[in-house]
Amino acid sequence: MKFLRDAFDGIKPDFMPGGKREKFYPVFETIETFFFTPDHVTTSGSHIRDGVDIKRLMTVVVLALFPALFFGMYNIGYFHFEQLVALGQQDSYTFMEAFLFGLWKLLPIIIVSYAVGLGVEFIFAMFYGHGIHEGYFVTGMLIPLIVPVDLPLWMLAVAIVFGVVIGKEIFGGTGMNILNPALVVRAFLFFAYPTFMSGDKVWVAGASEVDGMSGATILGQLGSGGDAALQVGSVNHVYSVMDMFVGLIPGSIGETSTIAILIGAVMLLLSGVASWRIILSGIIGGTVMSFLFQLWGANPLMDFGWKHMLVGGFAFGLVFMATDPVSATQTNTGKWIYGFLIGFLSILLRVLNGFPEAVMLVILLLNVFAPTIDHYVVQASVKRRNKRVEDKIKKALSA
Amino acid sequence: MSQDIRIKRGVDIKLKGKAEKMFANVPQAKVFALRPDDFHGVTPKLTVKVGAQVKAGDSLFYSKYDDRIKFTSPVSGEVVEIVRGAKRKILEVKVLVDSEVTYKEFQIKESSKEDVTEILLESGAWVFIKQRPYDVIANPSDKPKAIFISGYNSAPLAADYDFALQGKEKSLQKGIDVISKLTTGKVNLSVDGSQSSSVFQNISGVELHNVTGPHPAGNVGVQIHHIDPVNKGERVWTVTPQDLVIIGDLFLTGKFNAERVVALTGSEVSQPRYVKTIAGTSIENILKDNLKSTNVRVISGGPLTGTKISQDGYLGYYDNQITVLPEGKTHRFFGWVPWLYNNIFSMAGSSFASTGKEYAMDTNKNGETRGFVVTGEMEKVFPFDIYPMYLVKSIMYNDIGEMENQGIYEVAPEDFALAEVINTSKIDIQKIVREGLDVMIKEVG
Repeated sequence: MKFLRDAFDGIKPDFMPGGKREKFYPVFETIETFFFTPDHVTTSGSHIRDGVDIKRLMTVVVLALFPALFFGMYNIGYFHFEQLVALGQQDSYTFMEAFLFGLWKLLPIIIVSYAVGLGVEFIFAMFYGHGIHEGYFVTGMLIPLIVPVDLPLWMLAVAIVFGVVIGKEIFGGTGMNILNPALVVRAFLFFAYPTFMSGDKVWVAGASEVDGMSGATILGQLGSGGDAALQVGSVNHVYSVMDMFVGLIPGSIGETSTIAILIGAVMLLLSGVASWRIILSGIIGGTVMSFLFQLWGANPLMDFGWKHMLVGGFAFGLVFMATDPVSATQTNTGKWIYGFLIGFLSILLRVLNGFPEAVMLVILLLNVFAPTIDHYVVQASVKRRNKRVEDKIKKALSA
Repeated sequence: MSQDIRIKRGVDIKLKGKAEKMFANVPQAKVFALRPDDFHGVTPKLTVKVGAQVKAGDSLFYSKYDDRIKFTSPVSGEVVEIVRGAKRKILEVKVLVDSEVTYKEFQIKESSKEDVTEILLESGAWVFIKQRPYDVIANPSDKPKAIFISGYNSAPLAADYDFALQGKEKSLQKGIDVISKLTTGKVNLSVDGSQSSSVFQNISGVELHNVTGPHPAGNVGVQIHHIDPVNKGERVWTVTPQDLVIIGDLFLTGKFNAERVVALTGSEVSQPRYVKTIAGTSIENILKDNLKSTNVRVISGGPLTGTKISQDGYLGYYDNQITVLPEGKTHRFFGWVPWLYNNIFSMAGSSFASTGKEYAMDTNKNGETRGFVVTGEMEKVFPFDIYPMYLVKSIMYNDIGEMENQGIYEVAPEDFALAEVINTSKIDIQKIVREGLDVMIKEVG
């Protein structure tokens, strides 16, 4: 790879201070460090450093999203063709057809996500003269996975500009934000364009153009008093627990398959990026709440019990959003509290407010409270230390 | 009476190039140097000029803010050069050694704290006594509540005290007897609980603690935290065993003999061994014909806390280890791809500590500096009841009250060495902690 290295070394002076393209140094640096790790060496302190840096960590997170991404592609095609078959417009379809259709629908969303988001990052990086930090690498992949497939691309673009600027850049960029930027994008879409983010016409590709189609999500149907079923014309397909686990249900692109999300979770936990404490306590919180509701059992949403954790954004939110190390709590004790509250409140809001996508908003809410939770955890340690002094003084006085 | 301490958090980094337990035959260096920078926070005032003749134990400079604290020559000879840097800052005071070292004779008195303090100050051995908080040379006027000695070093490639101090038991015991006069509290000695020690087994006059666990279990700061933590306004003093030997020798013979057993370690050393030498020695002879390549980083001290020096530089005054690592100033193609290059701590987690495989690590930072992103990683290797990230952040935004609350009195930069190694954001944490301590010295004292 010497020729590539030589090429970078050749043009580098132009981008250095005093060079004619000085302003574009962040862009150059991003491209250079994509191909080559920098030659920075330690100067003092620990002369050796671990091989993991933020770039490498973010790569792992994106890789962990791939199972959900690939399943999402297939799922888009699956429901699209299922409705056509049910309506008699098509006889059959192959796995590959479904997958390629999904790819065709998903690719523009991914491209818009990265193009708009990175564009905003580049502008801020050039303006402030800092490098382009890798945070958006992950955010850019998260966003396509948490939106409905038929969302117009321009809405997505507007939401991303809002999400990246308000959710991240105004706080100072990667590592400084309080809220998870991908969730800010999602929340913006939810409130700005509600008809495109809920209802029974947005979850299946092309459903809005088909008569007699109900592609509502399981939660949507349960909320309106029905059962977990797909209704196309007169055909009523009831979803099994297996469907929910594998992910053959309507929903946001990457959120449907619990098993794909679990594979990602294993990758995140093995690489140490995500906190197992948050995931575990989130599951505990969700289980407790859904169990309590099942005891109550006043409506179909309450009766749904532990299956709540297989549908909607619960698993995806818990694994990929709640564990975002920047916006989550930072202390280990705090992580237990934070995860538990996310699980507990998500199911609570889902059931009592009939708010299907409560998970995302609960995580945003807890993002806001994360520093407060941490504050009290850290204060406990401070108090322990101060008490040591007080005890000593008391002992001395009584002696 | 002994007390057991078990440290759970931390990691033993296994590096290639551990010193073989035998002495290499190295000719004595011709030049020795004292570097004021080895003594943190000291502003030197010279007592000698170029051309002066000194004996071992004669003062070369003293501390501007406390003229009782003297820094004495480890050898006898002629002051040949005083190297100055920017703003005429003194960098090195070099002494060309006589063919035979002659010693200044000290009249030994050891009946009281004042006697002992006076001899230690006069001979220059006082500088071996450091204080917590702040990890600086102790103030002779202070009354420490206890003295701590860590009888083992758990850092990677560290010199093995059992080998290095063999035959010095008498001096060690004398050293302990002497320094116990300096406190009304206890003298605490911690030893490695996982193996029996030959040097420390018959030591008396101390409170013995068996410490087990991965690095930084051997750090004296960790031990203090678990035995008798430092509260605001309190002082404890620390001395290392190899320095106790010098103190003991001083009181046995009346001579300041700064002899050191140095471990020559690291993957770039052809024959990693031990060397008998004197503090401040030129390391040229030690490294001569013993390096595998030229593109190396020479460190006086260990790979986690040592100081970068040149190949013809001088051994740090407190150091008993020289480490030579490959210099890592290279670009790696797609170096950020996971699992492609060695990423031995975070990714592999604790399995790294248990495999027993030794690694040759270079000095590349393996990434660019970033804001804090990953949380909880420092806690894995930081065995204090302190939130390391909160402490580091409070230093970064320079909030004295907050630093105090977060526990700055209990830590030294070396306690953060592992956190710095595994830190994903590539922040120089030890440097930040040192700056924080310096702010506290200035503001709180």
